[in-house]
Amino acid sequence: MNKKVIYVKNLVKKFDSFVANDNLSFEVSEGEIFGFLGANGAGKTTTIRILSGLSKPTSGEVKVAGFDAYTQAEQIKKNIGYMCQKFSLYEDLTVKENIVLYGGIYGMKKSLIKERLSDLLEKLHFQEYENRMISDLPLGLRQKLAFSVAVLHEPKIVFLDEPTGGVDPITRRQFWETIYETASRGITIFVTTHYMDEAEYCDRISIMNEGKIVALDTPEMLKKQYNVSSVEEVFIKIARP
Amino acid sequence: MIKAIEASGISKSFGATKALDNISFSVNESEIFGFIGPDGAGKTTLFRIITSLLIPDSGTMKVLGMDPITEYKELRKNIGYMPGRFSLYQDLSVEENLNFYATVFGTTVEENYELISDIYSHIEPFKKRLTGKLSGGMKQKLALSCALIHKPKLLVLDEPTTGVDAVSRSEFWDMLGKLKKHNITIIVSTPYMDEAIRCNRVALIQDGNILSVDTPQNVRTGFSRKLFTVKSAEKYKLIKTLRKNPEVLTAYPFGDSMHVTLIDGSTPDSLSKGLVREGINDAVVHEAEAGIEDRFLELMEKPQ
Repeated sequence: MNKKVIYVKNLVKKFDSFVANDNLSFEVSEGEIFGFLGANGAGKTTTIRILSGLSKPTSGEVKVAGFDAYTQAEQIKKNIGYMCQKFSLYEDLTVKENIVLYGGIYGMKKSLIKERLSDLLEKLHFQEYENRMISDLPLGLRQKLAFSVAVLHEPKIVFLDEPTGGVDPITRRQFWETIYETASRGITIFVTTHYMDEAEYCDRISIMNEGKIVALDTPEMLKKQYNVSSVEEVFIKIARP
Repeated sequence: MIKAIEASGISKSFGATKALDNISFSVNESEIFGFIGPDGAGKTTLFRIITSLLIPDSGTMKVLGMDPITEYKELRKNIGYMPGRFSLYQDLSVEENLNFYATVFGTTVEENYELISDIYSHIEPFKKRLTGKLSGGMKQKLALSCALIHKPKLLVLDEPTTGVDAVSRSEFWDMLGKLKKHNITIIVSTPYMDEAIRCNRVALIQDGNILSVDTPQNVRTGFSRKLFTVKSAEKYKLIKTLRKNPEVLTAYPFGDSMHVTLIDGSTPDSLSKGLVREGINDAVVHEAEAGIEDRFLELMEKPQ
């Protein structure tokens, strides 16, 4: 777990005079599950947009999957996946159509898409759903599929935004098992969430406040450091504005 | 004790989907009663029936002693409802929204200011701001102020904390706790188990059925087996190994550890030994107290 897939050093992002990211430095390793936390408005979205090649830093060094955020944004985009709870799949397309569409967007060969499609349907026990509309699927199945689609092209890093919000406790745990399995294959998982019990599943977490990273460690070490029993309490102690 | 809500045999279907399947429960006056369950469990449908916005297919209900079907006009005057989707006027200012809701219910902000002062004082400095320009936490406080401005006897909050950060969530629950002294009954839904602890009683709801109704403490102690946490640096290997182990009855990931129950006759010691045989040498097994979520998982596994 030593190879760095995200390297951020002294990252600053300003919008006019507003400093959204104030001198951030952190690294994330291959296959690591990294939780990126912060209150609303702390600056997380700005960082994620930079890490996914959608926005350029004002200053500082940022490398994602070995590519430079200033000059190689297109290569970065090809090497990442993204899933958010609110929107990931087209509801009025079928399961198969979504997979074929995303495979095409990622620039995958037709033969490879076909292969991944059948692998995926088998792995998720999804065969009977192949030609069903996404809107007809229960939420739990949609989330599993959305995650599989986000890693369809075997990216180096996948960004997950509140991945398990609102699902039942069993489905949620199945989802985390899938995440562990994916991480064990060397794909880095970058999770943002408001729900601190999701943070407890991460290998390491960072907590952002007013554009700065104010804590970064394993959940266990942070709980020890603040002498509390949950990440939620850590968060409330240090992120209360 | 007088009941704020009494529901008996309530069912509601939408086409082939049974949103609520013959559910019964009662809510006491002045308690905070939580409905805890995932999206699609039936929480919103139930709240819409309670607030007289939807008519059930069968069953009977009394809300504040009134029938939501025949006495809806009187009932609505006594309910404050905060729907899951933010539904204030985004192009009115904070102050205009609050005045609007007060006027609709035939009252004034001044008349009931005391009730909302704790909550509204946080956003009052921004009262001229357009509601659409508020942060998530501020919108939530305004929505709660608007739901309370006519001094309702029953406050109905549908997933008030979804999408809100942990600090604002915690503050929100503190505010609900303070409303108790005004003798307002509160029913609140949430998909987040950790919020159960803030309620006087909770109903665990799944697939249109109520699995359990009790105090948060009793829900936890209802867990029927001994619970163990198992920790190892190799999380994924640990999951796979536990699943294969015949001594293991259930194994679920919970943050940085696994929550495990064992079959009768097995011990944590023999579990540890079994893990070592499979090459997991750093596993630490501890007995633990079950939480609400452990109990929820147990109830979900049991055939209905």
